[in-house]
Amino acid sequence: MGKLSRVALLYIGAVAVTAAVLVARGPFTGLKWQYVVFLGILVIVTESRATQLRKGQLSWSSSSAAMLASVVLAGPAGAAIVGACTAMGLRRGPHILQRVFNTSMYALSAYLAGRVFIALGGHVGLPNENSFPDIIAPFAGAALILVAANHGLLSGVLWLTRSKDRTPASTLGVGLSARLLLSDLGYAAYGLLMAALWSVVGFFAPLLVLIPLFVARWAITQFAEQQKSYEATVGALCQAVETKDFYTRGHSDRVSRGSVMIAQEIGMRGERVEAIRYAGMLHDVGKLGVPTKVLQKTGKLTEEEYAAIQLHPMRGLDIVREIGFLDEALAGIMHHHERIDGRGYPMGLAGHEIPEFARVLAVADAFDSMTSNRSYRGARPVAEAIEELRKWSGTQFDPAFVDAFVAALNREGWPRPEPPVLASDDLTAVTAQDHDDPGAPLRVIDSL
Amino acid sequence: MTSRRHELRRYPWQVRDSGQLLLVAAAGVWLVAAVAQTAAEGLKDPRIAIAFGALIAFGELLRLNLPGDRETAPIGFAGALAYALLIRVGTHVVQLSAEQVVTVATIGMIIGALPHLAVGRPARVSGMAARLLCVACVAYIFRPLAGNSTLDRNWGLAFTLMTSLAVLALLLEAVLTALLRVDEQQARFRVALVDEMRVQLPLGAAVGASALLIAFAAEVMGLYSLAVFTAPLLVTQVAFRRYAGIRATYLQTVRALAKVTEIGGYVEAGHSERVSRLAVAIGRELGIHEPQLLELEYAALMHDIGQLSLRDPIPGGATVLVSRPDQQRIAELGADVIQQAQVLGSVAEIVRRQNEPYRAVEGAVNGHPAPGHTAGRPPPGSPSLGSPSPGPPPPGPPLSSRIIKAANAFDDLVGSSLDPGRAAAAVQRLRLDTASEYDPATVEALSRVVNRRSLLL
Repeated sequence: MGKLSRVALLYIGAVAVTAAVLVARGPFTGLKWQYVVFLGILVIVTESRATQLRKGQLSWSSSSAAMLASVVLAGPAGAAIVGACTAMGLRRGPHILQRVFNTSMYALSAYLAGRVFIALGGHVGLPNENSFPDIIAPFAGAALILVAANHGLLSGVLWLTRSKDRTPASTLGVGLSARLLLSDLGYAAYGLLMAALWSVVGFFAPLLVLIPLFVARWAITQFAEQQKSYEATVGALCQAVETKDFYTRGHSDRVSRGSVMIAQEIGMRGERVEAIRYAGMLHDVGKLGVPTKVLQKTGKLTEEEYAAIQLHPMRGLDIVREIGFLDEALAGIMHHHERIDGRGYPMGLAGHEIPEFARVLAVADAFDSMTSNRSYRGARPVAEAIEELRKWSGTQFDPAFVDAFVAALNREGWPRPEPPVLASDDLTAVTAQDHDDPGAPLRVIDSL
Repeated sequence: MTSRRHELRRYPWQVRDSGQLLLVAAAGVWLVAAVAQTAAEGLKDPRIAIAFGALIAFGELLRLNLPGDRETAPIGFAGALAYALLIRVGTHVVQLSAEQVVTVATIGMIIGALPHLAVGRPARVSGMAARLLCVACVAYIFRPLAGNSTLDRNWGLAFTLMTSLAVLALLLEAVLTALLRVDEQQARFRVALVDEMRVQLPLGAAVGASALLIAFAAEVMGLYSLAVFTAPLLVTQVAFRRYAGIRATYLQTVRALAKVTEIGGYVEAGHSERVSRLAVAIGRELGIHEPQLLELEYAALMHDIGQLSLRDPIPGGATVLVSRPDQQRIAELGADVIQQAQVLGSVAEIVRRQNEPYRAVEGAVNGHPAPGHTAGRPPPGSPSLGSPSPGPPPPGPPLSSRIIKAANAFDDLVGSSLDPGRAAAAVQRLRLDTASEYDPATVEALSRVVNRRSLLL
């Protein structure tokens, strides 16, 4: 968590005190300790196995089921104790304040869920044949409150402790939360199953319920792992395409980063941001279809040579067409050299006929080209490149995305690309003219 | 080119293999008998039957694709198993015959499969038949016992019996699916069974546990247990779907990016794809398990990626025609590219060693002397480069590398040609080189694969 602001500390303190006071008020009379102890141990054990997920994703499915089961079986106070156990997993690592916050957050939300359950007419205790269907509404209310309180409290602390200069608040996992919220509510149903089964199979109930939960968690972990290796593989392959030309090394990576910056700035959904990340990485794979001697030519290009260069977005599309991406990413790759004024290629689309992804890619693409070293000039400073983007804004680029990119650049900055190291071997070629560079457009021989 | 691809890739619905026919026929006969008897006796507890039928149909509608072209319907399967294992709904003791279980499960499955057919997706009858047979087995064992009073009084016994039946059903499904795959892909049964169990284990555990959960929960919650239970299983299925989705995208991406060598003019069109398909077929013939088969496929797809780093394309891309040091250099460069992904370490190793001769024979090394030309670092333990070290013979290249070596050489010689004579000649040429260059077992497997293929054409 690093250094916390005073407000964040105050917030964590408030949550902790509220949780402590509410739980201390009980009621503890008639509390069925056997449920609390068993479920508490269960949560501690399940939470001790850390799950590696992408940043910002939290997995607490099995604990939420156990907490909700304890809401039904043991009431608010019991649920709060089980909730507190959630944060006591034997996992190493989390900061002490984080532990305090997690403990009180889970305890507080479980307590609130228990209160709502009773308020909506739920009876605490072992459910029997007559409890259904009356128990479903109070249980659903409790589940909703548990999930909402959890997400609310968590968003609060994430918002207060976010690093100031990096993520704009609007993108702070709002899209992510909606998805997580739904799946959490889905898992919550296991809580009711756990409580109901207790009267049939006793202690086996939670164990039986945990199997599907663990399987789901396994699948999520696998997904995250696969996604990580997928990204690494795509990155490596793109780099392989780029090795042909020392000057454009890292270009795909940086265009990808720039496109994501724009996409986040204009508030694109998480899924589309992912898609544009890949689109940026893959936008120039078609360049391989352009003969090396054309890319290396220093003089003016013949019409045929220019046509060969203009073909590369289509070549790229040919390569990536069969990948099960969002169609938007494909459209972006195909049209990333269209211009707003309709004078681009391959189709000569204009204005909003050009797919949104393509307009985003075009800005990031040109910017990176200008701020990187080329054989015919050194890297231009960021300010100068921004100037150039503004100059072409409205003719070549979509002004909205230029503005968004400039805003994101001002906040996040732009890492200076490594100057290219010219290798002594004969493996690499050098681009003599960059088709991406708006400041030095390709020169074509006038045949007429 | 594309037409050939379509000819070679047989879809399961285009070809009904004998095993599939047998399975479907067995399920069909059973089914007719069951439906006839149910019709004669009349449907008992129609409300419960309809509720479970609806759950099964819903599950069948939400089929799930697992890695390796498998399709399952976990929710429907769990629902059908639960119906077979049902003892009581609330206080009402369920009296239902095994025939009725089979009938309801079938109707549910068919209703759930109809929308798939409507949008032009395959019906996957054999998968449905396999699931149905498993449910039928459980039903015929458990239904006569369900009314038993000892079982009713002793829940421990009931619990044990139901658990073992659920496990039995899942094992049976794995065996049936493995048999189908043996038929479909010419895989070995033991290999297919182990692969099937490995892939199905996590989801199967969830299906079995869910079936038990519904059956038990119905005693307390009545039919509401179906509704309550559907939500979490759906979420589990969504998690699985995302996992399977990224696996599929991964493979598609590697396939697509492997094509860059073709578009760049380094390799003949379709080369990587053909080599990878041939390599996988050989691997299956040699009994390689699925995870390693996937690595083999990745490596075969990317075996020429190192050519990207060459300034001038090799004429026709035929790596078999260039000198050994150059081949080795391409392999090294390719392996370096793959290595950068960090996650495909073993794939990089396979690509790195794809040119090594099967056995390091002195003559083979001396035949290609060019120490100055090698790409710098010979891989550790490489028998083909550097002076042969004294002591124990260095380990040969991994099986996957040997397979790619053979498949690559075969494709360089035959290309996209369909001529069986040319293929036979190519196999013959590889066979002549099995003393040191190519692994004899791999070449024999290649020969079997190629023969089978020419029979198909």
